[in-house]
This record gives sequence, structure tokens and C-alpha cells, in this order.
Amino acid sequence: MARSMCWHCQSEVAGEYFCERCVKVQPLSKEQDYFTCLGLPRLLTIDATGLENKFYEMSRSFHPDFYQTKTDTERTISLGNSALLNTAYRTLKDPIQRAEYLVRLEAGAVKEIRNQPPADLFEEILSLQDDLEEFRAADGQPSADLTALRTKLQTDREALERRQQDMESRLFDLFETWDRLQRQFEPTEAIRAKKESVLKEMRELLSNRTYVRNIINDLVATVG
Amino acid sequence: MARIVGIDLGTTNSLIAYMDGKTPTVVPGRNGRTMVPSVVAMTDNGLIVGDAAKEHLVRNPERTIYSVKRFMGKGLADVQSEVPYFPYTLQEQGGVIRIRIGDKSYSPPQISAMILKELKQRAEAHLGESITKAVITVPAYFNDSQRQATKDAGMIAGLEVLRIINEPTAASLAYGLQERTQGTIAVYDLGGGTFDISILKLKNGIFEVLATNGDTHLGGDDLDRTIGDLFAKDIQEQYGIDINLHGDDMQSLRLEAERAKIRLSDDLKTSVTLNLPDGKSQYRRELTRDQLEELTLPLIERSLGPCRLALKDAGLTPADIDEVVLVGGSTRMPLVRQCVEGLFGKPPHSNLNPDEVVALGAAVQADILSGGTTDMLLLDVTPLSLGIETMGGVVSSLIRRNTTIPTSAKEMFTTYVDGQTSVDIHILQGERELARDNRSLARFQLKMPPLPAGVPRIEVTFLIDANGILNVSARDVRTGATQSVAVKPSYGLSDDEVEKMIGESFKFAAEDFKARQLIEARNEAEAILHATKKALGQGAHLLTGDDLAAIKSALTALDGARSTEDHKLIRTRIQDVEKVTHDFAELLMDTSLKEALQNKSLSEMTEPSEKA
Repeated sequence: MARSMCWHCQSEVAGEYFCERCVKVQPLSKEQDYFTCLGLPRLLTIDATGLENKFYEMSRSFHPDFYQTKTDTERTISLGNSALLNTAYRTLKDPIQRAEYLVRLEAGAVKEIRNQPPADLFEEILSLQDDLEEFRAADGQPSADLTALRTKLQTDREALERRQQDMESRLFDLFETWDRLQRQFEPTEAIRAKKESVLKEMRELLSNRTYVRNIINDLVATVG
Repeated sequence: MARIVGIDLGTTNSLIAYMDGKTPTVVPGRNGRTMVPSVVAMTDNGLIVGDAAKEHLVRNPERTIYSVKRFMGKGLADVQSEVPYFPYTLQEQGGVIRIRIGDKSYSPPQISAMILKELKQRAEAHLGESITKAVITVPAYFNDSQRQATKDAGMIAGLEVLRIINEPTAASLAYGLQERTQGTIAVYDLGGGTFDISILKLKNGIFEVLATNGDTHLGGDDLDRTIGDLFAKDIQEQYGIDINLHGDDMQSLRLEAERAKIRLSDDLKTSVTLNLPDGKSQYRRELTRDQLEELTLPLIERSLGPCRLALKDAGLTPADIDEVVLVGGSTRMPLVRQCVEGLFGKPPHSNLNPDEVVALGAAVQADILSGGTTDMLLLDVTPLSLGIETMGGVVSSLIRRNTTIPTSAKEMFTTYVDGQTSVDIHILQGERELARDNRSLARFQLKMPPLPAGVPRIEVTFLIDANGILNVSARDVRTGATQSVAVKPSYGLSDDEVEKMIGESFKFAAEDFKARQLIEARNEAEAILHATKKALGQGAHLLTGDDLAAIKSALTALDGARSTEDHKLIRTRIQDVEKVTHDFAELLMDTSLKEALQNKSLSEMTEPSEKA
């Protein structure tokens, strides 16, 4: 735990929310990751109720409502801490965002934005996009072709939704693998290599999932 | 710490509340009513606010302002379709609507400040102390400009606005305090001018808003208009009179429509009567509840869309909602209750007074801020996504809607041309892809060090505080130097303008105070003249000739003083009347008591108290 000085009484603080000597609120370190912020190990399976309780407890410590009568410095700290806490909670609460965040932390890379369809979906998506273009071009003029096209696009959408579900369940399997590896006290070279491959697969899955999700949204918006 | 009050600054009515120990309490006026109509009349005798101003709606339509909340934080183009419904003149200056009265013009925050001052004085009189700090409520779906305008109104009224809080969430605090329940609730708030839906999770004193949605242009006003339009069409067909050309009659029609709507919440049919501008004809018709419901159903159904969106954003279905809480006067309509029950599949909770619950909740929040209540905490969200305009007019989203506040987002900016010294940034609020489809909030210029393109690195922090109001700061990453950011609001008053209005408000305060004293003295004189004459009618036979003469001469003197501008003289004459009638009053009391003891029941002697 990083050691620093209390902004108020200069006594040493070691990551506590409040200085032990003068009881003033301390700013959360900007370098702190969201897991540390919420007092969690870097694991992907999280007990939702436990996380919520921790968030509520910390909100009670930091929320600006409780600093209205305090000094300007304390109010600024409370505002910054609350904003960080809220972002940390929002990110970790959602499993997909949680995984994206962890991959970014561990692998250091920024989230990739995919412009091309995933390889195994390439043909399927190209033909789907052609159909979607055709549907848009028809501009809602009713015809037998259009009705058939709509049905086809709806079937495609259902297929993509199943695809998304498959990717998510694979992702959740990887959550467990990751957590098991992460719990090893003395990671061997083999474990490190395995972790790296899990991260790589998760990154690929997350990026493909986002791509598929966007196509589904597009389909919903156009075809309904 | 000085007392903090809670204020519900409503479209139609406003209230002020405080914490009496552990109980939130609404401050009543002298007439016992807790609601102050949000109406401001600029009369020759000065400024009048509230019930008295409401009378001027018909007498003095061009100089009597109502529903000003609809204009807060807006430009004229935003309200174009509504302009014909308002008898006063609207203009625009620097992106802010101005209401023209005679040779003066007022911004909506200035008018709202007049209502706030009335509430402030009411609380000061009731509590016997000066009030300087307040929590003010706004519709949850208010954008940044509308929130800022409300804060400005508070400042102009001489109030330090410690918090802007959302109306439905305020209501949830009052509900939570009373019911002590846990679980997921939906607050359906249909007020005079706006509609909000908020979905909250209540757990161990934490009130976490999961999602909020709404329509800032849907409320009782719109229902009244639909009914009024029906009457106007009738009148046009039957009498060939275009009522919209007659400001005063249009107001009578609007008020009559509102009253008919209110009556139909209890009755199945009602009759409407209206004197027409030709001076001889009278419009009469019957309106049934069925007709009202057919007329207003499309409007009420419009509120269900936001409800579904809020549920979706919260990741819930109607079955997950444990209780639906109704807020706002319009929720008294049986049709509203039916529609809400239809959507959520359970009858809504109606143990709270829908008119007062928001003000009560604001008082609870005020108590939290002053450190009185420590077991409750509200975690609210920002209702709209926040973003900046990028190349090609596309919005890059920074903070998503329904994000818990306070929250912040950082964005790095650099230059595209060597030696470029500034970058223009345009901030927007809304859910659309293109900048032009969203609400422009503000623009500012970021200063850049003159360096080769791409080298400067300025990090801008967009922070939405607990009021839901945006704060912008910037830092040069290379040097660590911070720069102040002067944000120019797209639809709001600048700091200088607000300062100026605060100054003016103090200048006028003395004048206002004088006018107010005169109005109050006159009202009191009127009341005492009426009461004394009535008493004489009942008991003049109990008096000696001398006493009767003395009373009559005091009354004549008071009647004469009433028409002067001298409030001190009126007060003196009132005292004179009180002096000479003192014995008479006791005499009457004795007599009445004796009569009461003999045969009459007490209820016949006491007038029924007015129902608020």
C-alpha cells in the first residue's frame, strides 16, 4: 500500500480513507485501479451483493452530501473521491465492462475498435449487410420481396443473438479460469503463459462481441 | 449551521418546507394554504405573487406571468409552438427568453426569483428567523441549462442554493422516511408542466436511482390546453368568436378548463359556464369524465414511453417494481392512475399528498446537508448523456445517461496545425448521434501552447456534480499547469448578468417591500371592514347609541384611508377600529356563547375551515 502524507496534519497515511490522527478525509489516489478502490482482488467473478454493500458503505464515507459543512478542501476531495468511486462501481458491476477493464489493466492495451467482421463470421456478415442495404433502399414500400427480406433479416438477427450468447458463456468460462490462475500464490512460468493466453482470448471475444452487438443494434433499429 | 429550507419551485404551485425536529413540515401561508400559486403580477401598485396574483390572470393578462418554469433555460425557438397560448409578450436576448412587461423585460430566472422571495418571506415570518440557504427541486429530466437557470433564480432571490435535487427523488426521500420500506420503487411524477419517471432501489437508508426519464413539456398545463381548445372550438362554431384574440377571456377559459378537469377527478360529469367577450352571450356545456378521458388519453399515454425506457435502462421489468409512488397534482386523475396501474400491473401507492411530497423531500435533503439526518443518502443520476462535438458534427459521448453523480470524464486534446493556439470545444447533451440533434449546452475555447501540431496535450475534465450541473477544468499535461475555462452557456445567463440581476433585485427590494406593506394593510383593512359590518348586522342592538356612532365613524375613516398609498395611516385606522370594537367583540362572544349553551350547536358558529 502506497504511503503518503495527510494533506491536513502531515502525519503518515497508508491508504486509509480518513487520517488516523486528524480524522480528515483523504483523497483516493488517482493511480488506484478500480479493484483496489473497492477493496477487491483482481478477479472476474464478483459477488454482486457484496460489491453493492461496499459501494454503499464507501458512498456514506465520501458523498458530497456529508461534506456540506466542511472546508473547501474537504469538499473538493469528497467530490473527486465520489466521482472515482461511482466510475469504479459502474465499471465493475457490469461483467462485460469489468472484463474489458481487467484486460486493459493486465494487457495494457487500449480497447481495440474492430472495423472488420470476425474471421469466422466474415461471409455471413457481408451478405447480411447487403440485405440490410437492400431493405433500406426499399424505403418501406410494401412488396412480397420486402416481407421475405424482413423475415430473413429477423432470422439472421436471432442467429446473431445466439452467437452473442455463446460468446458470453465462453467469456464467463474464462472468468473462472482466470480467477483460478490468479489465486495461485506463486505463479510459475506456465501459469503466467496460461494467463496471457486467457487474456488474449478474452480480448478477442470482447471485441467480436462488441462488433456483433453493434450489428444487432443496427438490425433492431432498421428492421425492428 | 443556519437552517436550510427545501423548496419545490413548481410550474403551477410552489411550496417551502423545513425540518421540524425529525418531521418535514410545509410552511403554511396566513390563509392556511401551503401552496403558493407560481404566478407573478406586475400591477400599478407593485409586485404581487401567489394567490392574489392569480386573480390578476383574468383582470390583467398581459402583466401577469404564470408557468414561467416552462421557459427556464430555454431559447425562444424552443417554445415557439406554445407562444400563442401565453398572453404576455416573449422575446429573446442572448439565448435567453425575456418576458416583456410594459417597458421592462425580465428573464425567467428573475420571475422565478420573485416566487422564491415570496416563499422565503413566508418561511421567515413563520419561523421568525432569516432564511439564506435552500435546496431547490427541479424535474429529473431538466438539462444542465434548466438546472443552472434554477440556481440563478435562487441567487437572484438572495438564497444560497446548496443543492439542486430532482423532484421524483425528493419525493422518494419523503416516501422512504414515512414508509421505511426496502425494495425497488418507481416514482411517477406528473406535475403542472413536466413529467418524470424515476426508478430507485431503497436499501438500508440508501436511495439509489437506477434510471430516470421524462418529458419536460408534458403536464397539467397541456391537459388544460386540450380541454380549452375544445371549448374554444365550440365557441368559434356556436358564436363565431375567436377567444384566442381576447387575452382575459382566454385566461378565464384556461382556468375554467383546469377547474372542470379537477372536478372530474371526483365527479362523472360537470358543467362549464363562461361569459363571452361580446358582453352578452354565455357559453355553457356539459363535460363528462368519459369525454375528458378520451380527450386526454393521448397525452397521458405519452408518459408511458419514458416509463418503459427507464425500466429498460434499469434492466428491469414492470414485475420487478415493488411499489409505484404517485407525485404531482395531475396524478389525482383516475385515468392517470389507471394507465399507471396498467403498465406496472399493480395499484399505485397513494398515501402521500402528491402536492406536498416533493417539498417535504427537499426539506429532508436539506436536513441531510446540514448534518441533521445521517442515516439517509440519495445517489442520483444524470438524466441525459453528455458529449462533445467532433469533426463532421458527430457527438463523441463522454458521460452516459443514468450515470450516478458526481461523475467525471477526461478527454485529451491536441492541435492539428503547427502553432495553433486554441481549440474550440462544443458541449452537448442528448441521446442523438449528430450534434445538431442534441441540446447545445456551452462552448469554450481551450488555450494551446504554440507548438508543432500534435505536441500540446491538454487534458479536460468534465465533472457533473451532485446537482447534475457540469463543471469544466483543463490541465496542460506537459507542464502540469491548470487553465481556467470560461464556459459560455448556449441558453443561460452569464455570471455578469446574474450579478447584475442580484443587484437590481436588492434595489427593487425596498420598493417591493413598500408595495407589499401597502397591499397587506389594504387586505387587512378590507377584512376588518367586512367582519365589522357583518357583526353590526347581527348585534347592533346590543350597543349604546354612542358606541355605535363611534364604531361607524371609525369604519368610515378606515374606508377613506384604504384608498391612500400610506400603509401607516391604514394601520393606524385599523387599530382605531379595533379599539372601539373591542368591547363589542366581547359582547358578541358572550351572547353567542350564551346562545350556544342554550340551544345552538357549536358547528353552526364556527365557519368551516377552507380545504387546502
